[in-house]
Amino acid sequence: MMELGLIHYLIVSAALFTIGVVGIFVNRKNVIVILMALELILLSVNINLVAFSVFTGTIQGQIFAMLVLTVAAAEAAVGLAILVVYFRNRRDISVENVDLMKG
Amino acid sequence: MALIAFGLIAAVVILSALFVIMARNPVHSVLWLILAFFSSAGMLVLIGAEFLAMLLIVVYVGAVAVLFLFVVMMLDVDFVELKQGSLGYWPFALLIGAILIAEMALVWAASGSLPTDVFDPAPGAATNAEAIGAVMYTEYLLLFQLAGGILLVAMIGAIVLTLRHRPHVKRQNVAKQTGRRRADAIEMKDPAPGQGI
Repeated sequence: MMELGLIHYLIVSAALFTIGVVGIFVNRKNVIVILMALELILLSVNINLVAFSVFTGTIQGQIFAMLVLTVAAAEAAVGLAILVVYFRNRRDISVENVDLMKG
Repeated sequence: MALIAFGLIAAVVILSALFVIMARNPVHSVLWLILAFFSSAGMLVLIGAEFLAMLLIVVYVGAVAVLFLFVVMMLDVDFVELKQGSLGYWPFALLIGAILIAEMALVWAASGSLPTDVFDPAPGAATNAEAIGAVMYTEYLLLFQLAGGILLVAMIGAIVLTLRHRPHVKRQNVAKQTGRRRADAIEMKDPAPGQGI
């Protein structure tokens, strides 16, 4: 019987990362789902950091995972705020016309 | 035993992540996202990183996912129209995904043996949270405070972006209120009897 090892976590994390990247491509018009796919990518990064930290017996990876968590929360807050302002101005959230905001 | 539990949880994580990007309704996407976060926390509990697991639930499920839910329900968007034509993006997206997977498999094939069951989630400390705190508040104190600064900047940025002052809405102006003098506000009249002002 195989034992639970680092490689299992790496496989799940790689799959999550790929799903996130594919999600960005297939939901090209919907910013909300793009942001959710970004959260999936950051989650896979976090899983990687924690798994390496635990399986190599060093605690630093978990601290960096907390920092990634902070950045993910900040990014979601600012991204959704921009989305709300954009919707208020244009009445839709289609990304196709975002370049109209260019000065 | 741990491997079986891990397999079940990992399957839930992957499936819910797939449903996040494929759901028609973004509200369902957010709910699947919450499931993905919860089961990832379960994966972390399996290897003893309890503190990060609880943090994942508090921050992701408690704050980020609820924020998403608020925004999705607040914006009155025709999501069916947004979904149209997205089928054409799938071949390219799958190509990119296949390339990514292939690259990561290459790295795996090139790497040596990876560590298995000999793990220590709290090196030199009683609990996982104690081990994290002992390092975070000493070696990484500046980084920790910088993280707080990032959160502050994000909070102020989000408030400034979404704040708007509508015209024709009455607001309280505290400086004006406290700056009022009796002479500006009250005028004494002395009407004669039976005549009014």
